[in-house]
Amino acid sequence: MKLSFNIALRFLNSSKGQTFLIALGIAIGVSVQIFIGSLIQGLQIDLVDTTIGSQPQITITSTSDDKLIGDYESRLSDISSDYEGVKHVSPSADGPALVTSDEENYSILVRGLSFEAAEGIYKTKERLVEGSLPENKNEVLIGTTLKDESGIQIGDEVDVLTSSGENQALTVTGIFDFQVANLNSSWVLTTLETAQSMFSYDDRITGIEMQVEDVFLADTISSDIQADLPEDLLAENWKDQNASLLSGLNGQSVSSYMIQVFVMISVLLGIASVLAITVVQKSRQIGILKAMGIRDSAASLIFVFQGLMLGIAGAILGILLGLGLAYVFTRFALNPDGTPVVPLYINPGFIALSAGFAIVVSTLAALIPARKSSKLNPIEVIRNA
Amino acid sequence: MRNVIELKKINKIYGSQVKTQVLFDLDLAIEEGSFNSIIGQSGSGKSTLLNIIGTLDQPTDGEVYINGKRTDQMNKNELATLRNETIGFIFQFHYLLPEFTALENVLMPYRIQYGKVPADKLKRANELMALVGLEKVKNNKATNMSGGQQQRTAIARALMNSPKIILADEPTGNLDSETTETVYNLLRDINKEMGTTFIIITHDRRIAETADRIIEIKDGRIALDI
Repeated sequence: MKLSFNIALRFLNSSKGQTFLIALGIAIGVSVQIFIGSLIQGLQIDLVDTTIGSQPQITITSTSDDKLIGDYESRLSDISSDYEGVKHVSPSADGPALVTSDEENYSILVRGLSFEAAEGIYKTKERLVEGSLPENKNEVLIGTTLKDESGIQIGDEVDVLTSSGENQALTVTGIFDFQVANLNSSWVLTTLETAQSMFSYDDRITGIEMQVEDVFLADTISSDIQADLPEDLLAENWKDQNASLLSGLNGQSVSSYMIQVFVMISVLLGIASVLAITVVQKSRQIGILKAMGIRDSAASLIFVFQGLMLGIAGAILGILLGLGLAYVFTRFALNPDGTPVVPLYINPGFIALSAGFAIVVSTLAALIPARKSSKLNPIEVIRNA
Repeated sequence: MRNVIELKKINKIYGSQVKTQVLFDLDLAIEEGSFNSIIGQSGSGKSTLLNIIGTLDQPTDGEVYINGKRTDQMNKNELATLRNETIGFIFQFHYLLPEFTALENVLMPYRIQYGKVPADKLKRANELMALVGLEKVKNNKATNMSGGQQQRTAIARALMNSPKIILADEPTGNLDSETTETVYNLLRDINKEMGTTFIIITHDRRIAETADRIIEIKDGRIALDI
């Protein structure tokens, strides 16, 4: 065992150029894997985060005639405590309304939130570009688009007409920017109490919103919640509403796996063929070792060890190359504002997996020459001297 | 003296389509501690005979006994162990591993069988290097030595596991006459001091005549045995 390892090491050492080339071949395979993997994962995480990161991933609404949920406090605490993986459970009381400014009407959605609970979902503090969050009754936030279109400023008192025909004067305390034009023009955020009194919901709300730890588990958690809800409440999750995004992500993952698999196959073939040649190069040595009594298994192990060592060297070099490539990419492939085009996601687990895979593949590739060396008969070498 | 090698009715046929018989019903017994030379023209079958004795080749039929054990029915691993412990080879070409130093090459047979080299075995390897007159170049890579030095290293290697038998196929074929003389004197000394049995193929009659016994092979049969 140790002798085989030792001989393998000497063989690799004696032809440094060849060793370096094989290791470099493996390294390039590994680095492409790591780079493409990090790129695709980063792309997906970015996409998922942009799409659903700042919105509820599971929403509970009522299917009753008035669309209202009563006695919500206990339900909120039940959901937070009973289901694993649920975070940021937040009530909302929404209602449509019209806001009038300079004789023009703008259609809005008044969203009454508990800002403290909703912070986890909407990150309102981060999104606030001017002013401050509403603290008192009848204070609201408006979006940047609505501000630009209507000319409403911080401190202005605006008239809001609810769908039931009631008028309410609200004071603007801040401007938010959700980076989605639709939300920036239609949403008006206020406290839960303000919305409840505006729309005469009393102590009821229109929805319970939440996020989950693993966004891809939203559907199973959602159906778990649904099972425990009364009939007139409905739990919906982002996956049902974003089927096309999901299939896009899936397609991306599949194509990324395909690339990675074929990269590894070409690496495997490369190593196998080069190592097969080294058996021929070293046939004299193997022949004399066999004449001196080395067992076939030990002779095979020499090549397996070579594959293993090349795999390890290639994996380490590949990780460095891949990370270097990733670094260069995030440094130089930039948006006009200086942020990377795609933020890479460096996942140590994935990198370890790629490296481990390369090592296994190299060792497997070495089995072909190992078999060949096991079959080598010393008499052939000695006769053909 | 007992026989350390015994061959009984050895036939060797090469090829399956076109059959070429190289050895014909050959019987041979070699005494322990003797110094034997095999002569014969090229193609007479002498190398095949040596390879069969060395278990590198298998007879088509017949029985081979090395050190009292029948070898023609052993499996590959048993043969490997037998070769390692009982037989030392010296070929026309030295077959040193160029990746290792001379001393490491000498230690190789020991490491194949036992792995780690204890201090007394390292001492033995050094003594063998001294015996073949190479203590000064023992740490040179095998490629960094002259032909005579390489062949003497190969001899030291063949002696490492104190084998009962040393088989040599034209051990001086690639050496000049002066070095040939040195190498043969060395082999004779080893034979006398360690009692190792030698079988040496040579085309050099002068050298063959110094042996205890000369066996001439002609057309796959023993033509002369004195």
